[in-house]
Amino acid sequence: MAVPPIEVRETPLVLYTLRRADDALILGHRLSEWCGHAPMLEEDMALANMGLDLLGQARELYSYAAQVEGSGNDEDKLAYLRDVRQYRNLLLVEQPNGDFARTMVRQFFYAVFADLYWRAMMRSKDATLAAIAAKSEKESAYHVRHASEWILRLGDGTEESHSRAQDAIDDLWAFTGEMFAVDDGERSLIDSTIAVDPATLRPQWLKTVSGIVNEATLALPTSGWMQQGGRSGRHSEHLGHLLSELQSMQRTFPGATW
Amino acid sequence: MATPNTPLWEVFIRSRNGLAHKHCGSLHATDATLALQAARDVYTRRGEGLSIWVVPSSAITASDPAEKGMMFDPAESKIYRHPTFYEVPDEVGHM
Repeated sequence: MAVPPIEVRETPLVLYTLRRADDALILGHRLSEWCGHAPMLEEDMALANMGLDLLGQARELYSYAAQVEGSGNDEDKLAYLRDVRQYRNLLLVEQPNGDFARTMVRQFFYAVFADLYWRAMMRSKDATLAAIAAKSEKESAYHVRHASEWILRLGDGTEESHSRAQDAIDDLWAFTGEMFAVDDGERSLIDSTIAVDPATLRPQWLKTVSGIVNEATLALPTSGWMQQGGRSGRHSEHLGHLLSELQSMQRTFPGATW
Repeated sequence: MATPNTPLWEVFIRSRNGLAHKHCGSLHATDATLALQAARDVYTRRGEGLSIWVVPSSAITASDPAEKGMMFDPAESKIYRHPTFYEVPDEVGHM
């Protein structure tokens, strides 16, 4: 890597915004990995479309984080010039695509959360975040519908699609708890009605998720143990590999444009 | 790839200013719901539409291209069927 990582002054609002931006960028990148590889042309385009929705959300959030930080960083520097330990995304979104069922389960868990979250964030006292939320909510509402229809068909499809979907649910379940966790910095933003307390969304998330999962003849695990760490930069081994591809161009040819 | 599980669907889109749904292409999907989703993802990515219809291709009865002469040529010589031979009085205004 030819370029050293940037430093980011993570005030509570900067850190908060970076976390949401990183969620969107990393999940969007994961979806983009399907481009040219999806089971059928129609899904290839659907996954790329959703990846672009998330990339658009990430860009707006990074720009806002850079503006709030005010240290000369911009959306590109924040995306391309932070090391893996500086990334603040959920562990869920960095998990590898696996098969189509695994990608859909990951998408389903996140999209149901994101849709509730952005809808609630439309009432944020922070006008920029409220505007980003309003745009993102429409996108995530479609992501929920798309993923839900697939969960129903995979779960209630063939023996093989059922077992693949169930395996994915069992493996990814432990990464869902992190979506609802909050630290002290974020708590201060919640208290000043800039941010939403995600824990308040969990009952509705669980109701929606379990409704679809049950209808799909699948089952949610009963284990309550949850893996955390992404929000503070402790990631699974997968994120470093993802970033090495995502960042390779800017790290090798700093400032390159075309 | 066409398989028995993913039949062909015809897609019709109504654009922002268009009154009628227009045929814009086809796609493969397992059922009507997924066909509608796929139509949205494949054919309205650039803001092309405000409404989508999907129809199983098998539901369409088409004219036979080999019968083109019999079907359509006779109409070509009937220019009087176009309403272009009337003089519209000025008082009628815009029609």
